[in-house]
This record gives sequence, C-alpha cells and structure tokens, in this order.
Amino acid sequence: MGARILEKDVAIVGVGQSEVGRPSSRSAMQLTVDAALEAIADAGLAPKDIDGVCSWPGDNANGSSFSPVGPLAVLSMFGLNCNWFSGGYEAAGPLAGIMNGAMAIASGMAKNVLVFRTITESSNRLSGSKDQSLAAKSGARDGNFMWQWCTPFNVLSVVNITAMYAHSHMRAYGTTPEQLAQIALNARRNAVLNPKAVMRKPMTMDDYFASKMISTPLRMFDCDVHCDASTAIILSRKDIARDLRNPPIRIEAIGAAMNQPYLWDQVDLTANAAPDAGNAMWARTDFKPADVDTAQLYDGFSILTLLWLEGLGLCPRGGSGAFVEGGHRIALDGQLPLNTNGGQLSGGRTHGLGYVHEACAQLWGRGGERQIRDPHVAVCAAGGGPLAGSVLLVKD
Amino acid sequence: MRKLPLLNAETRPFWTGGEVGELRMHRCGDCTRYFHPPAPVCRHCTSLNVAPTPVSGRGRVLTFTINHQAWTAELGDPYVVAIVELEEQAGLRFLSNIVNCPPDAVEIGMPVTVVFENVEDVWIPLFEKAAA
Repeated sequence: MGARILEKDVAIVGVGQSEVGRPSSRSAMQLTVDAALEAIADAGLAPKDIDGVCSWPGDNANGSSFSPVGPLAVLSMFGLNCNWFSGGYEAAGPLAGIMNGAMAIASGMAKNVLVFRTITESSNRLSGSKDQSLAAKSGARDGNFMWQWCTPFNVLSVVNITAMYAHSHMRAYGTTPEQLAQIALNARRNAVLNPKAVMRKPMTMDDYFASKMISTPLRMFDCDVHCDASTAIILSRKDIARDLRNPPIRIEAIGAAMNQPYLWDQVDLTANAAPDAGNAMWARTDFKPADVDTAQLYDGFSILTLLWLEGLGLCPRGGSGAFVEGGHRIALDGQLPLNTNGGQLSGGRTHGLGYVHEACAQLWGRGGERQIRDPHVAVCAAGGGPLAGSVLLVKD
Repeated sequence: MRKLPLLNAETRPFWTGGEVGELRMHRCGDCTRYFHPPAPVCRHCTSLNVAPTPVSGRGRVLTFTINHQAWTAELGDPYVVAIVELEEQAGLRFLSNIVNCPPDAVEIGMPVTVVFENVEDVWIPLFEKAAA
C-alpha cells in the first residue's frame, strides 16, 4: 500500500449527548445545542475552536424527524468560522460523519470538527405524523432510487427486508430465533444499567417470544425504539488532541467500502455489505479482530448485529448464532461485550453516533454500572443491507 | 392501495410489460446477461447496448417474510413479501409479493410464476405458486 492511512492522525477528544427522550420536550435545535456544548466542553475546547462541522445524513431529509438539524443550521446557530463542513446521506452509513470529519482534519481542511446526529422520531410519532415510516413514501409516486422497488409491493419499512435477511440466515446457517433473541436480551440487560436508556424493564426470553410479530421472523423486540436525542463527537488533529482534556481515542481505521449495488434486494442476503466495510477496515490496520475489547454494532434490527459480528470477522461467517448462544460471550463480563449501553434496541435509536459515544464512554472508563474491564480497542459499525461503515477506535 | 412507482425511460418497460402479459428485464446485448434494476448501462460489462427483454416470468422464492404490521389501515391482513430469483439467470431477482395462496403456504425454493396487478398505467409484477 503506497498511500498513508490518514485517519490515524485524528482522535476523538470529547463526546456529548442530549437527554434521550421518548419523547423529549426539547426542540431538535435545543437537543443539538445540548449535545454539542457538552462535547465541546468535554474536550476542553470552546465553540470558537470548532472550525469544521459535519453530520450524516444532514438535513437532506428535508427537516423530517429522521434528521431535523443539519450542519448548515449548526454552523449558523453557533456563529462558527468554518473552514470545512459537510452533510449528506450518500455515504458509508451512519458513521459517515466520523469518516468525513476525520478525512477533513487529516487533509488539513480543519483542526477540530464537530460531528453530530440529531433525531426526533419519538415526538414525531406521537404527533401523529407518518413522515418516517410512510411519508417520504406516501403521497405521490415513488421515484426514490431504492424505494421505488419496494413501495409498490407494500414494503413501507425496511423491517420486511431485514426480516428476509434473517430468514435467509436461518435457512443457510441454522440460526435460531432463540439465538436472535440474545441480541435483544443482551441489549436490555445492559440498558437496565444505563440511566439514559429508554427501555429499562428487565426482559426474559418469554417476554421476547411474547412480543408482537412484525414481519416473520422479526418481532417487536427485534426492532429498535424511537427516541428524541442528539449525539456529538469532537474530532481533533493528533497533535492538538495530545494537549486536550481527555486521553485521545485514535481513529485507527475506517471501513467505508461498498462492493455491491445500493439496492436492498440485490445485496448479499446473508451478509449484506458488512464484510465490504469490515475487510476494508482491517486492511488499514495491524490490529486484528481478536484485539477488539468491545463491539458497538448496529442493531436497528437484531439480525443486523449478527451480520456485523460476521462481517467484521469477530466470528466466522455463518457462526454468529452460535457465537451469541446463551448470551455469555457478548455480556459485560464476556469475551466481547456488545452494545454495552443497550444499543438502539433498548437504549434508543440515536442512529449511529450512539455507538461511538458508548465506545468512548467505555474507553474512558465512564460506563458506571455497565463499565467493562480496562478496554483499549473498540469497534463501531452501523448500517444494514447495502449501507455499511465501521471504525476502529484505540485508546493507547 | 399500492403506492405506484414513477415511470421513466428506464423503468417504464418493467412496470408496463404486464399490459401485454410480459415480464421485461433489462439485458445486455453484448455480454448477454440480465441485470436489475433497469439502467442505460450494463452492470456486468458497462456496455451501452442494453434493452428490455421479455423473460419467462418463472422463478423461485429465494427468501420471504410474512408481514403482520398494519402500516396503513388497508394493510391489516398478513401478506407475503418475497425476493424471487428468475429462472433465466442466477442472481436475477427482485422484491415482490407472493399472492393467491395463504401466507403460510409459501416456502423458500417454491416455484412461482408472474401475475400482474394493474393499477392506473402500472402493471405490478407479483408471483403465485407455479402449477404443478
């Protein structure tokens, strides 16, 4: 490899998160300000030090509850002098803000970048609006590159598609509903120990199987829970990071590859694009999957977490069901503590940056009752179907 | 009431072939392979020599799910969403519904045949269990 791997010159120096409401009474803008100011202060910086802002997916969802606040609003409202900013959906999944921000710093476009993600799907649901599940998809005819091949067949949520991935995985590898349930049970066990998690009532296997079938084989407890929240991550150039408040968490490697069409029915049905991102990430580092101390893996639907375990090489392809069997390996005191804050299934659908926030909390020893023992290496991954991205974080 | 697709130069043949009973998939005139969704360029070999081509309409269920969630008031009854692979080529597939049978009669691998549901100027290609 000839090119330098530039993300290693960038570190996470601070994190912040608003309340995680179901719903929150605070506005989307207010949640964003809460998260951003907390993250900036955590880093030991002031708002004027921020010279780059980015977010995935930005406000290209037209102010919908899926992404009500974008970088343009944030740089305006804080009166920032930005040298660089970026937002947009067409990137390697919900961690793309971290990737783009890191590249901006590594290429000299900015020194300290505020990466954020705001989502208000909970209050949106309560207000009776259908803009997320249906709206972009109800009304006039569908010309969206992906959805036009879904909505004519009454596929109005990706749950139907991820359910088919689950069915394929079960058929191909013998994965069982009980194994799938372990992702939900693990998330709830950890959420019970997380004061900010939105679902904290203990869950049993019986509770899981009593939950409503949404789309076979996926039940309600296989689907993440809407919330109102904003999460912010501050990235800084390595030499600046050294002098800030927290021990730097280096961005050791990014996985942003995509070797399949962005079409949910054309992608590999039993792997999705997770191995594309995973293989690309491992090719950029000397670390190995066995070095990972904790994994924060996308659980918008439980099956996607299994696919990420495999796609990142944390277990063999087809072996994720056996890997999570009984839940011991992925528990807080297990070999690979997984989704330690309750993930999105029980913690709340912060949609992407929540995984990074939790990885940093663990690496900095801020996990409270859910703190795992002395972690140094964390992997975060987000996305499902053809949308996938991952980052490897290291605290030296 | 199904949501209808926006028709354009590339997608119209797929969505309207049912008017004359044809399922039309884009095929490359150079490498002879099919690809979906339709586009002005072959995904396999980047040839521009591509055209919608009638296919048999026969295939098999690659995977499926039974939807139980009433996303709209009209979608109260369970229905089957499937990915069907057409017999013409491995990997030539698209998302559709399996109709005209109870949802729990559907199986992975089940042979199916296309049927069309006409709504306005669109003929939505659905599938039913193939006759034995």
